[in-house]
Amino acid sequence: MEALFDAAPFVGYVYPNETVIPWTVMIVIYPYLTGLVAGAFTMSSLYQVFGMQRFKPVAHLSLLTSLCCMLVVPLPLLLHLGHPERAANPMITPHTTSAFAVFGFAAGFYVILLILENWFVFRPYIIQQAQQRKGPSRWLFKILTLGSYDLSEEAMAYDKKWILALAITGIPGAHGLHGYVGFVFGSLKSREWWSSDLMPPIFLFSAIISGIALLVVIYVVSCRLRKVAVDMDCLKGMSYALWGFMMFALLLEAVEFGSLVYRGREGIETIMQYVSGPLVVPFWTMQICIGSLIPLSLLTYMAWAGTRGTALYNGLVVSALLVLFSVLMMRWNVVIGGQEIAKTGKGLVTYHAEIFGRESMTTAACLLVLPFLLLWGAVKLFPPWMEVEVHAPGAH
Amino acid sequence: MDERNAKMTEHQAKSPDDDKKLSREQLQRRSVLRFFGAAALGCGAAAAVASSDGGKAATADKPQIPGYDWKAHQWSYGIDASRCIGCLRCVEACKNENRIQKDAHHFRTWVERYVYLEGEDTAHVDSQADPVNIAASGSEEVYRFANRYKDAKVEKAFFVPKMCNHCTHPACVQVCPVGATYKTEDGVVLIDHTMCIGCQYCVQACPYGARFFDDRMQATNKCTWCYHRITKGLLPACVEVCPVSARVFGDRKDPQSAISKFMHDNRTYVLRPESGNAPNCYYVGTDKEVS
Repeated sequence: MEALFDAAPFVGYVYPNETVIPWTVMIVIYPYLTGLVAGAFTMSSLYQVFGMQRFKPVAHLSLLTSLCCMLVVPLPLLLHLGHPERAANPMITPHTTSAFAVFGFAAGFYVILLILENWFVFRPYIIQQAQQRKGPSRWLFKILTLGSYDLSEEAMAYDKKWILALAITGIPGAHGLHGYVGFVFGSLKSREWWSSDLMPPIFLFSAIISGIALLVVIYVVSCRLRKVAVDMDCLKGMSYALWGFMMFALLLEAVEFGSLVYRGREGIETIMQYVSGPLVVPFWTMQICIGSLIPLSLLTYMAWAGTRGTALYNGLVVSALLVLFSVLMMRWNVVIGGQEIAKTGKGLVTYHAEIFGRESMTTAACLLVLPFLLLWGAVKLFPPWMEVEVHAPGAH
Repeated sequence: MDERNAKMTEHQAKSPDDDKKLSREQLQRRSVLRFFGAAALGCGAAAAVASSDGGKAATADKPQIPGYDWKAHQWSYGIDASRCIGCLRCVEACKNENRIQKDAHHFRTWVERYVYLEGEDTAHVDSQADPVNIAASGSEEVYRFANRYKDAKVEKAFFVPKMCNHCTHPACVQVCPVGATYKTEDGVVLIDHTMCIGCQYCVQACPYGARFFDDRMQATNKCTWCYHRITKGLLPACVEVCPVSARVFGDRKDPQSAISKFMHDNRTYVLRPESGNAPNCYYVGTDKEVS
């Protein structure tokens, strides 16, 4: 009979039960998607809460992106669970000392918040479509109006208040959600690689840069597809935001790694053996050099030289793609890396991801594509760049 | 069987049929309690978040075993590593008693070998699951330590049995999102496999590597100190078969028990005390590198 698990090869001494890696690539995808949710929401907040007008072209797009990523977040967890049919139990019978148990409530709250904010933001468009469209799609928009066709000045002011309140609530909501993901790892004292108080802020800042980078790519691609000019002022603003948050993200990671080495607790020899061996390609080369230092240098140069036009456009898109790759590698190096260093502190395990199967690389790739398919559909239904005349008298 | 463990077997054991019946009743009761618990929690999630506590739930939901009062016992485990000869009968007995997969990746208990060679400061460590030992035994189902150091100059060597430490403050219980793993009143950490969602958070949280994912149940599995045996007055299988009494088990509430005498007669220590988990497996006769 074919084995139901993949035993991982190891060197040195590892506990016998450690030869089956508990958390697979699915648990890499889960914080990556959650990070994109938080990061995209940050972009929207810069406009909705902080009034940065230059980000208006991506404000609504970022909200839709955040929602589409959030809808996919539970899937890697469901695919990982031994009993996915019991997935609701942490919410029905929560064990409140568990960091995981609170996730369901936090995520549920945040999804509702995102749906509400999207509804308020797109309400004028929904009403317009409900009145103008013909055929079955009209009914979809009619239902989405929830019976309210009021676009009067008072109604819009009321909506604006709600959007602001939701956007403000969403800042701790989105960032708390992702900070908590860092806490899930950082609070585990059994693994030296994870056990750090800096893990929540590291996850948070890497999430923000991944969200901004994603928005850069999506915005540029959407402009190309629509054959409209990119708003260079917006792009420049995103370049500054990405650059600034990257500084924090990298600094935090450096401080965390520095503390780990400087503390030099039991097992540090094995960690150094791991860092200077198996991590040379995924961490030093892919995450740090290609994914972080190159885009940071590029962004720094562009900011210093005041680059504009096509050069800024190309430089920023390349940087954004590299940052997206870097954050994915960061998730991999944290989640998989932490498990490849044995709890004994005397050995290293090697994770070999499956190509096909429930928790395989193919599934992971599908999960990474799925939010964008959802976004494609969402953008078709609710074009985030449509301006609606909002002061028209209420129709009904 | 050593006389210091003999006291445990004086109690009357129940028949296997009784076990099955009890197990079903117990499960039904747990299901009913969970159902009403779920309904109550569904009515007021906020209140549930504030008041829910896995430990209390476990207390209210205690197993119904006739003639057994879990408040009357406090089980603990002693390991005298200086006695262990690495015969691995304990590993074999555990696998058979608890029907654990007969492979090199799923163990409720295992034995580590520490070998210090002359001129070296650090120990060479392996367990029966090491590929060299499996190659020597010829099968993952046959547990042997290969004589791999026969040509080396060994300064000192010893064996250390390992298992779940049934901690007083178990990290695994803390992180379980549904309270499927819980601490009993008599000091044992158990798993309700009918509630486990298989997230493996507990596997990550255990610093001792004592938990594993059982792909047959799609749930976590680990040592229970043979709870089905000890609640009937029997010894855990690993203690029962140990030919040199390196493993000691008993009730701390009974001053004449094997474990109480073991604790009285020895200066013991626990693994990874810095974890704050407060383990309940007490060791004698190991060395600085054992953790």
